[in-house]
Amino acid sequence: MTLRIDVHDLRLVYGDVTALDGLTFSLEPNRIYGLLGRNGSGKTSLLSVLAAFRKPTAGEVLAGGQPVWENPAVTSQIAFIRESGDTVEDSEKPKEALRFAEYFRPNWDKAYAEELIERFQVPMDTKIGEMSRGQRSALGIVLGLAARAPITILDETYLGMDAPSRYIFYDEILNEYMAHPRTFIISTHLIEEVSRIFEEVLIIDKGRLLLQDETEALLTRGVAITGPEDVVERHIGGLTVIGERQLGRTRSVMVYGSLDEARARQMREAGLDLEPLALQDLFVHLTAPKGGVP
Amino acid sequence: MMVFDDRSPIYRQIADQIKADILSGALQEEEQVMSTNQYAAFYRINPATAAKAFQQLVDEGVLYKKRGIGMFVSPGSRETLRSQRRERFFSEVVEPMVAEAKTIGIPLEEVIRRIEELASEGDQ
Repeated sequence: MTLRIDVHDLRLVYGDVTALDGLTFSLEPNRIYGLLGRNGSGKTSLLSVLAAFRKPTAGEVLAGGQPVWENPAVTSQIAFIRESGDTVEDSEKPKEALRFAEYFRPNWDKAYAEELIERFQVPMDTKIGEMSRGQRSALGIVLGLAARAPITILDETYLGMDAPSRYIFYDEILNEYMAHPRTFIISTHLIEEVSRIFEEVLIIDKGRLLLQDETEALLTRGVAITGPEDVVERHIGGLTVIGERQLGRTRSVMVYGSLDEARARQMREAGLDLEPLALQDLFVHLTAPKGGVP
Repeated sequence: MMVFDDRSPIYRQIADQIKADILSGALQEEEQVMSTNQYAAFYRINPATAAKAFQQLVDEGVLYKKRGIGMFVSPGSRETLRSQRRERFFSEVVEPMVAEAKTIGIPLEEVIRRIEELASEGDQ
């Protein structure tokens, strides 16, 4: 089953806090999406509403054209794993969580779950509440991947995991995606580490969608222009500046938007240094307090 | 293993790497290249990114597709790549080198002498 996701003017308000402030976007099925946002930007709120863990205040989420809220036919197709895999009770043991998933998940792959348990060395007989944060994250990943749900949502499911375990996690997402194509939505702060596996990236800020674009396209969109301040000043007219730094008389200006080849050549000939911005840098500048997508 | 910088688009880096392998002879003409999925798994990148690199190389005539089998290095691609590189050699290698030598005050005679030395070492 492939399910396209459509989000229409989604709002989520708790008390006087507006967590989601009018989000509209669509996700094509069978792609890996990265969801980026600063702490408190609304990532977890958004994912909770997508997975029908939470009812939106206004607007709606459709999966395959069907509303997700209170719709078991659709929610059985969505696996949502929150940080540290806290969808299960602390007093349970991993083997009980796996039995529950096997019962509940139509596409559960038991052999694959056991293989992952082995790879991540999750202790099967320890109460979940007594496991380390990294072990709980690993258990969450096992539950999320072995469910083989057409829509798999992983919300910062790497906390407490060391680098080797995280790389196993990334490899498994890719292998699973290639062997059993499905939609992955992955929220993370480890942008540099994982952005290469995202086909598209969504950046949210203060409950709003800042941008949605192909990762590869984003890498051509931010440029740092560096050189003597007067030369830089003469060449950046009309460009959208999202950040700047100064060292003595050397100025570095970060611009957003495609720079045409002719203009880039002019800058290089004037002795300016042009360097593409990494996704992490772009993210930092776009979500800075004064930032934003122009 | 190729190390990507995290700035320029990865598909371009993969395409450049495949071209470099063809130029060096590591990939022979009519040889099959790894699949999109093998590339994706090996370099930990999205398969769509790897596919984009292959598409670029197909558009440039460097690779061609055999339906149901995979991607192969086009006949004659090594020579084509070599002549493209030769065209860019002076603007991309020689001119920046001369400019750098001028900036730091190395006389051109000294640069030329060194080039001749390297060339004769290579002949031995």
